Amino acid sequence: MEQENKELELVDFAVTARKYKTTLTRKFINRPIWEKVPEGEIRAFLPGTILSVDVKVGQSVKKGQIVLIHEAMKMQNKVAAPISGKVVDVLVKAGDKVSKNNALIIIE
Amino acid sequence: MTSLKKNIQTLREKKAKIEMGGGEAAIAKQEAKGKMTARQRILALMDKNSFKEYDLFVKHEVRDFGMDKKELAGDGVITGTGTIYGAPICIYAQDFTVEGGSLGLKHARKITKIMDHALKMKIPIIGINDSGGARIQEGVGALAGYGEIFYRNTIASGVIPQLSVILGPCAGGAVYSPALTDFVFVVDGISNMFITGPSVIKTVIGEEISMEDLGGARVHAEITGNAHFFARSEQECFDQIKKLITFIPWNNSTKATSVKPQKPTIKKSIEDIIPSNPKQPYDVRDVLRSIIDNSDFFEIQELFAANIVIGFGRMNGETVGFVANQPMVLAGVLDCDSSDKAARFIRYCDAFNIPIVTLEDMPGYLPGVDQEHAGVIRHGAKVLYAYSEATVPKITVILRKAYGGGYIAMNSRHLGADFVFALPSAEIAVMGPEGAANIIFRKEIMEAENPDEMRQLKVQEYIDKFANPYVAAANGFIDAVIEPKETRDLLLHTLEMSRTKDEIRPIKKHGIPPF
Repeated sequence: MEQENKELELVDFAVTARKYKTTLTRKFINRPIWEKVPEGEIRAFLPGTILSVDVKVGQSVKKGQIVLIHEAMKMQNKVAAPISGKVVDVLVKAGDKVSKNNALIIIE
Repeated sequence: MTSLKKNIQTLREKKAKIEMGGGEAAIAKQEAKGKMTARQRILALMDKNSFKEYDLFVKHEVRDFGMDKKELAGDGVITGTGTIYGAPICIYAQDFTVEGGSLGLKHARKITKIMDHALKMKIPIIGINDSGGARIQEGVGALAGYGEIFYRNTIASGVIPQLSVILGPCAGGAVYSPALTDFVFVVDGISNMFITGPSVIKTVIGEEISMEDLGGARVHAEITGNAHFFARSEQECFDQIKKLITFIPWNNSTKATSVKPQKPTIKKSIEDIIPSNPKQPYDVRDVLRSIIDNSDFFEIQELFAANIVIGFGRMNGETVGFVANQPMVLAGVLDCDSSDKAARFIRYCDAFNIPIVTLEDMPGYLPGVDQEHAGVIRHGAKVLYAYSEATVPKITVILRKAYGGGYIAMNSRHLGADFVFALPSAEIAVMGPEGAANIIFRKEIMEAENPDEMRQLKVQEYIDKFANPYVAAANGFIDAVIEPKETRDLLLHTLEMSRTKDEIRPIKKHGIPPF
């Protein structure tokens, strides 16, 4: 349908060592680009609302210590520190709505 | 007036009232949205005067929330039988003008009754979805209704063709019936499908998105792959359904009706379509049209995972399912989406006795973190599973590249292909010559005075040795190296030779495909 109507925009597309002339799909162009998340960065695992933040910047925390309550899918989830260390940033406050993968707290 | 005449008059009046659905105002509203009514849709789809309606007088029994005062015409759904080009069809259409086409238990029971009929008679069923969702006043009764439909969808899967037509909203639990059926039809600007709608997403997540961007026809045709046919109008959609019905059998113990054999109308030869440089693209659909009867290729999921092309065509008047890599899109690689698309189609063809012809020209699986993390291993495995499992005639023509896992996956001899042919331009190898030379001759290339020159030399050496069909032919992995112009004749011949194919597999309850 559409592919026939639009002028073909051929690009170089590498598969192993060879580059092919081809077109790209919208879905391919918009695909998520992978990035490594630092160990101490707590991200929202689901979309939801922050009910409370139990730590402050500068505070030391132990691995497993509850740092915030994140309500998602009608469940109040206790989120624990993934590592022991110092809280270097708190990016949310109680009442904030967060999307999946939003950074919430950073521990170093 | 005799009493029978009076009775007939009463019947007519009762029918006329119910046939008005939700009444004139609701119909006007439906039409203002550019939508046909449920009854108009059925009549537009079925052969003239063929539709017979059942369960017109079914009534709900809900007493709560003021429902006892509500009379819902046909309980919001029209069911019956009719024909499409003479083929017997069971059909239901949800009537949005009646309480928003909402699904209650009686509404669902009308649907399951016609589904049971379709399964008993072994004839196709078409469902037209246009519903606001569960009738909330009914509570769990509505959920029970959905569950009973899903169960029948599953039991009927692979026995009778099941078509879902989305001509309005189809949200929440309602989406799972279409998802369980064989083919889903959507219309631009009219169809909407989602599990949770924009308002819920906004409340819960704060993301604002329109119905169209979240789950419109285009999204499902292009991005999610939930839809198989995309149309710009309801009429175009009905034409697609009618055409599909001509290609498929009524059930899994018959064959699709054959038509008069015709020669391809497109005379362009395969050698003029396929560039000899393997890095240059072409539209593989041109190749399909050059070998299919009347050049009539009926494509399925045209917009989704366009790097693989699937669809029906006829060879010598009989329906064949075609699977072809598309070098014009993403170089024709296999990835998660194209694997899902091909695997499901292969299983459809196998379930309904439709031979499969595969045209192969693919450089391998798509590299990338997103693909690996999305599970390209288990998705890619579906293609292996589907081809290996299929017992219908399976024929492959290798047009150009057949590298690595892709060579195995695309209906190779090793997965049980009945016939495998290769054009002289075929390159059957573990990987492309550049990659292979870099690995095999790494030392020679590194130590050479002029590495680039040495690499070129070694790439050529690899091309001469492996980038051809003769190594595979020497092993009997391919049956013949053929001239492009022989392709159609050879396919016609081998399809004829495979007509009586009967392959018995070990008895089992069912396999465990990598869903």
